[in-house]
Amino acid sequence: MGTMPHGSGRTADGNLDFVPDPSLPATSLDDSVREAEDRKWTPAKIAVWVAIALLGGVAWFMLAVVRGETVNAIWFVFASVCTYLIGYRFYSKFIEKHLLRPNDRRATPAEYKADGKDYVRTDRNVLFGHHFAAIAGAGPLVGPVIAAQMGYLPGTIWIIIGVVLAGAVQDYLVMFFSMRRGGRSLGQMAREELGVIGGTAALVATLLIMVIIVAILALVVVNALGESPWGVFSVAMTIPIALFMGVYLRFIRPGKVMEVSIIGFVLLMGAIIGGGAVAGTEWGAAVFHLDKVTIAWGLIVYGFIAAILPVWLLLAPRDYLSTFMKIGVIVMLALAIIVVRPEITVPAFSEFAGRDNGPVFPGALFPFLFVTIACGALSGFHALISSGTTPKLIEKERQTRFIGYGGMLMESFVAIMALVAAISIDRGIYFAMNAPAALTGGTVETAAQWVNGLGLAGVNITPDLLAQTASNVGEESIISRSGGAPTLAVGLAHIMQQFIGGTAMMAFWYHFAIMFEALFILTAVDAGTRVARFMLQDSIGNFVPKFKEASWRPGAWLCTAVMVGAWGAVLLMGVTDPLGGINTLFPLFGIANQLLAAIALAVCMAIAAKRGAFKYLWIVALPLAFTAVVTITASFQKIFSDVPAVGYFANNAAFSKALADGKTSFGTAKTVTAMEAVVRNTMIQGWLSVIFVVLSIVVIVTALVATVKAFRNSAAGVPNADHEDTPQPSRVYAPAGLIPTPAERELMAEWTRLPADQRFERAGHH
Amino acid sequence: MGTGQGTAAPGSAGHGSAGPQNAVAAGLRGFARYFQGVMGADAYAKYLEHHSAAGQGTPPMGEREFWRDRTDRQDSNPQGRCC
Repeated sequence: MGTMPHGSGRTADGNLDFVPDPSLPATSLDDSVREAEDRKWTPAKIAVWVAIALLGGVAWFMLAVVRGETVNAIWFVFASVCTYLIGYRFYSKFIEKHLLRPNDRRATPAEYKADGKDYVRTDRNVLFGHHFAAIAGAGPLVGPVIAAQMGYLPGTIWIIIGVVLAGAVQDYLVMFFSMRRGGRSLGQMAREELGVIGGTAALVATLLIMVIIVAILALVVVNALGESPWGVFSVAMTIPIALFMGVYLRFIRPGKVMEVSIIGFVLLMGAIIGGGAVAGTEWGAAVFHLDKVTIAWGLIVYGFIAAILPVWLLLAPRDYLSTFMKIGVIVMLALAIIVVRPEITVPAFSEFAGRDNGPVFPGALFPFLFVTIACGALSGFHALISSGTTPKLIEKERQTRFIGYGGMLMESFVAIMALVAAISIDRGIYFAMNAPAALTGGTVETAAQWVNGLGLAGVNITPDLLAQTASNVGEESIISRSGGAPTLAVGLAHIMQQFIGGTAMMAFWYHFAIMFEALFILTAVDAGTRVARFMLQDSIGNFVPKFKEASWRPGAWLCTAVMVGAWGAVLLMGVTDPLGGINTLFPLFGIANQLLAAIALAVCMAIAAKRGAFKYLWIVALPLAFTAVVTITASFQKIFSDVPAVGYFANNAAFSKALADGKTSFGTAKTVTAMEAVVRNTMIQGWLSVIFVVLSIVVIVTALVATVKAFRNSAAGVPNADHEDTPQPSRVYAPAGLIPTPAERELMAEWTRLPADQRFERAGHH
Repeated sequence: MGTGQGTAAPGSAGHGSAGPQNAVAAGLRGFARYFQGVMGADAYAKYLEHHSAAGQGTPPMGEREFWRDRTDRQDSNPQGRCC
């Protein structure tokens, strides 16, 4: 227990002026030493950065300007990695230096609140992997695939530039501000900084957005598993495997996480291989051949049970399995793309880039490309992860740049690889797979005819090719498998079979990809339902205090049922939608996610303003303005557009009129029931859009008001309210980035020379 | 398990004197330890370390008890997983 140094206080710029403990080495690198190290450009260092810049420039030139008949996938890797490196080295450091100004002399929550359980100082590299596994899931694997309708270039530019200027900035800022507040959640920060109105609007918006996101992720799984006995069997087997792992960890060998994960992984591979055999038998095909509505109901029932079962039985073990797979899959995909280096034949801008009636998702490039690709470029959902869990584990303040900004760059790289995998397959197959059945007709003949009739340059597919591809991947059909996951699976199978196994292995790789996407999504669905349930319980608890008790079963079950009912209803709406669920609902998913990003950035702007960083407020204002303009424009088009394919209410009016005119089929709806379904669905989707955009505008306006108020206060010399935890001096040291600099090494060595009992002494305990 | 935390970067742990085999083994061990950290498999070791450093008079929880407590607390404290 160290003694608190006397005379600690704040200096003008908000930094601390602690008297150092004389018995310990410095807890922070001296500012002048660090800056000198940053500014020291040795010839070797200059050469490295010139090489990175040149390579990145050449790669962008190949992608954006040369655009030959084909372009090699390796250029995507170079363009992205070089841009990330430059963004990380220069832009994130700029943000660190001018906007956030971390102070390593100050203890992090993991140090001053250390409890060995939730608040634990964690090695930065371990935490990087941990945080990455928490933020990356199926999102970056799905959005870029759907956006490939427009060609490869718009998506590539948005993913790479968007992450550097927006997505990674959001994650970094939210993580830093939450860390300064003892790991408070985004909702709590919104309430503190924006007041009751802004805070409540942010909370309600977050809850609704979570419902939409969970529903549409579930829809992706349903679309991938519909009429696929192999997929249904192997994904269903994850449940008994997880249950077994849960029991093993609880009763047989507690704490043997790696051991049980390896056992689970082996069983999972067995389930994938066994799925092929089962689907090949007559009974297997009969039992596991399920239509989408049945699977959706199964998922809803499963979602409810999973959310009320204890965590140890299902959620925790599946989370281990999911993390295990995530790291493995991503490393494998990166290796395969670098080794195989597929040639891409998709044009930079497709025929649909300049139109608003694409079959995969409707709407013009601006704004709809920017909402279709959310995860990977800018994902509001990350703000919920970056606040809360990760900040409680950070060892030193300066590490937030590596973990927050760097972690998001890594997710962006996953999105780029998903894009490459999806565009490495034939364009004809891409459109046959991703257009709704109402357009393709559902058979290989009608689909081939429809695709060839689109008039796409260089596209001429035969029904045989579609049938052959389906049989290669072990499926009955690949027509209208919308949702992104099956397309990515075909792309991955296409690349992986060149790497390992040849055509004979394609079916395995396809179902391997479907399996891991389903695994990520089911984990997100479970966790999302639980988090949303607690948010609901907490909100109701403000009126009926009993609901705040997490252990009160009736309350927990009721709130779980409400949340599952809400996403289940949206899911069923998507599954039964005559217009093709992904087509109409995916824009809503993207809009919801980006509106959450706008909310998170608005909260960050208010906080940054209260810290007096007006000169550098544009760092937050730029992505906030962009995402606000994109999502509000997209929402307005969804609400007010008179093009039925784009506007929900325009579509609603068109179908209502057709019904009133006594028509029995209209557009893609072939029956009166289907027409009535469209009228109902478009009305719900329209009103959801209205609610989202209104709530988000409320949050943004309250944040702007808070920002202006902070500006006036500081002009008048009145201090702004500060919601940070009381600063406490740090008593530990760790370097900031992946590789310690020479000065950091020197300081580390000083700490290593300290006797062990002094080195690990924790501050702040009584 | 149960080595010190927070200092060694993965793979950089002591490759002592001998040849490439040792270096490979050390690298693999470092990677395994890193992977365990990412999965959260070292939570109990870290808890023990915290417990002994904080020097509370009570004996620490046993391994089985710790993991039970950990998952049971997650029941009322769910962690989000992203899309």
